[in-house]
Amino acid sequence: MPVMELSASQDRAFFEAVCAKSGQDLLRCYQCGNCTAGCPMQPYYDLAAHQVMRLVQTGQRKAALTCSSLWLCAGCGQCSARCPNQLDVALILETLRHMARRAGYNPQPRVAQFSRAFLKSVHSHGRVFELGLLLRYKLASGRLLDDADLAPRLLKVGKLHLTPTSTPGQAEVAAIFRRYEQGAGS
Amino acid sequence: MSAALAYYPGCSQTASAREYDLSTRACCQTLGVELNDVPDWTCCGSTPAHATDHALAAALAARNLAQAMDTGASNLATPCPSCLLALRTAQSRCENEGFKGRVEVLLGRPATLSIRTRSILQVLMEDLGLEALAEKAVRPLKGLRVASYYGCLMTRPVGLMAFEDPDNPTAMDRLFLALGAEAAPFALKTECCGAALGVPRKEAVLELSGRILAAAEESGANVLAVACPLCQMNLDLRREQIEGYTGQRSTLPVLYFTQLLGLALGLPEEALGLGLHNVGTRPVLDILRRTWASEDVG
Ligand code: SF4
Ligand code: SF4
Repeated sequence: MPVMELSASQDRAFFEAVCAKSGQDLLRCYQCGNCTAGCPMQPYYDLAAHQVMRLVQTGQRKAALTCSSLWLCAGCGQCSARCPNQLDVALILETLRHMARRAGYNPQPRVAQFSRAFLKSVHSHGRVFELGLLLRYKLASGRLLDDADLAPRLLKVGKLHLTPTSTPGQAEVAAIFRRYEQGAGS
Repeated sequence: MSAALAYYPGCSQTASAREYDLSTRACCQTLGVELNDVPDWTCCGSTPAHATDHALAAALAARNLAQAMDTGASNLATPCPSCLLALRTAQSRCENEGFKGRVEVLLGRPATLSIRTRSILQVLMEDLGLEALAEKAVRPLKGLRVASYYGCLMTRPVGLMAFEDPDNPTAMDRLFLALGAEAAPFALKTECCGAALGVPRKEAVLELSGRILAAAEESGANVLAVACPLCQMNLDLRREQIEGYTGQRSTLPVLYFTQLLGLALGLPEEALGLGLHNVGTRPVLDILRRTWASEDVG
């Protein structure tokens, strides 16, 4: 477990921003570790969920925003369900992920690439086109052979659509993305 | 029965989880639950939108709620827990007027989202109830020992989903008991399967899904029931990957609860998409055929 100096410098504005954006009062966290105990992704994390909470409490902006765990969280909600102080830990991690992305930190590029490929698919077709999504992700990540074994299995049972279905709602969805990219609604 | 439901299939149900959609529609038709597809529905945004921006995620989900409400529907149902979570999160966040304003800017129209949203499982349990469901079951599921796997999102976040106990939900178990099956004591009902991390972080999914599969085998189940397309994909389509990772062979079939319900309702296997699985569903059918032959039904 990494040892960190928490008292050297504290960014109070960061602490307050996380509380405000997530709507959670992080001072309520008393470091019991329940969130971590129930977390299925803990073995893959660089920092445990309760450690991330502590970093926010003590205003350690960079350490919190560069941590890989934010990107590996599966969003299962177990941590939030188990917190004795009703903190929505999963929502706090998600808030940190949004902040990390804006700050340009991306310690788990494959997760971000997958997310982008997914949204691109929704943008282009209105719905997710699974094959297109996988190909786009493979090209972006360079992981060309990942899951190559799944394609023939999907094909065998007629589930691999080779072309996207187009839906008239696509134009409206594309408009939502366009306004979002132009900075509307923020 | 009651008024028609707006039906939101969700993207997975048009492709990799086609059998979930097929079996949901077939069951509802037999049960007299009228499903009207949300006109021109689009993706709910799912986890990637949520992980990116809350207003963007809410706008993608809200479009579908608005489309449903335009038809005059007051009730919406979706088979997919992840879609349901996206729809409900949008509804709940838009209770904040400031947030709603941002969503409306992205959406380009008013975000009226007051429609009641539930999962198909919830609708069947609440609007029909176990007794009515059991009454319509013409073929018992006797001989099946079912491990019911609910996954993360049927019950969590607790406040938002407001469905059963977050650690020990029993809706599917009770359903299968009512249909004549046994409920296997299965400890990992709401453990995470690794969800969408299967593509970017496969080893995590193989570890977590492998554990769920092993626990289901240990419970003595001869079928694993699911209600989520992502859980199904990880446990069924990734089976060979899991076996390669854990070194444990497993032929345990993974069926959607609607497929098992459909079998009890007397629906033919093609109508339930039982041929669309990676791990063969034949063992389940063999057990049931023996039961039905001895009881002279089916
Ligand atoms: S939501 Fe994320 S942090 Fe919380 S228990 Fe699940 S995987 Fe762990
Ligand atoms: S469960 Fe709650 S109080 Fe305990 S360490 Fe986690 S966030 Fe803090």
